[in-house]
Amino acid sequence: MTTKKLEIIAEPGKTSFTTRRTVDAPRGLVFEAFTRTEHLKRWMGPRNLTMVVCDSDFRVGGRYRFVLRAPNGQEAGFSGEFREIVPPERIVRTFVFDPYPEAEAIETLQLEEHDGKTTITTTTLHKTVESRDGHLGSGMEGGMTEGYARLDELLADMLQQR
Amino acid sequence: MASSIASDADLSATFAALADPTRRAILARLSRGDASVLELAEPFDMSQPAVSKHLKVLERAGLIARGRDAQRRPCRIDGRPLKQAADWLGTYRQFWEESYSRLDDYLHQLQTKERARDNKKTRNHRRAR
Repeated sequence: MTTKKLEIIAEPGKTSFTTRRTVDAPRGLVFEAFTRTEHLKRWMGPRNLTMVVCDSDFRVGGRYRFVLRAPNGQEAGFSGEFREIVPPERIVRTFVFDPYPEAEAIETLQLEEHDGKTTITTTTLHKTVESRDGHLGSGMEGGMTEGYARLDELLADMLQQR
Repeated sequence: MASSIASDADLSATFAALADPTRRAILARLSRGDASVLELAEPFDMSQPAVSKHLKVLERAGLIARGRDAQRRPCRIDGRPLKQAADWLGTYRQFWEESYSRLDDYLHQLQTKERARDNKKTRNHRRAR
């Protein structure tokens, strides 16, 4: 059984971050789950959020838009344009979070299959370190000097020891 | 969202304080119990004034508090800023951890359906022959 842990790698001072996760399914199926709206609606976002908009014109130059609504009515929307599509292994698209229209990022999704399992790697490239840090903190601006993954582990350890 | 948990300035102070390996080691030591400057200096190849400097940074960030005892002034870890920092980092992680856990279930459903369809096809094929 491969590890189901979500890895988040963000090196200090860089404008990009990477996430990695392995799922027990062949690549073709994972590609469909990531690209077809009838599938996306069934899994994207935490359970307590409802996807109220799920539009995707899946072709190079086509646009997508997703809006998630929290139980308190608050909505979070993001959208972008597909730049590159290589089924079933690679998608490059732009990403804009509604509150920060000027902070457009480029997201690359890469799928690799091994022994019937698929490793999903996403790389998000921002224009500035501040935008990247803001993305990871969901809205917070500010300098961050330590690798998130390492810090995250340290914090978890320390909180556990208490 | 995150701003309701802690202010940007608070978080910046926490992360700046945590950016140094010696300060992280000091916090790790304090998470096991209070200690004096002397005790904290022991495992590091460092003078007491150098350790005191690090302690000041940690104190300003609210990560530790110093005791009143003039002689010993024992240091104590304060978990609140750490909790805020962990919460802040947790927002993005939580979103995707939960999404991927749902994706696990959903892919399992899809595969079960696919398998059922394949079995049916094979059966029909056999029957046809």
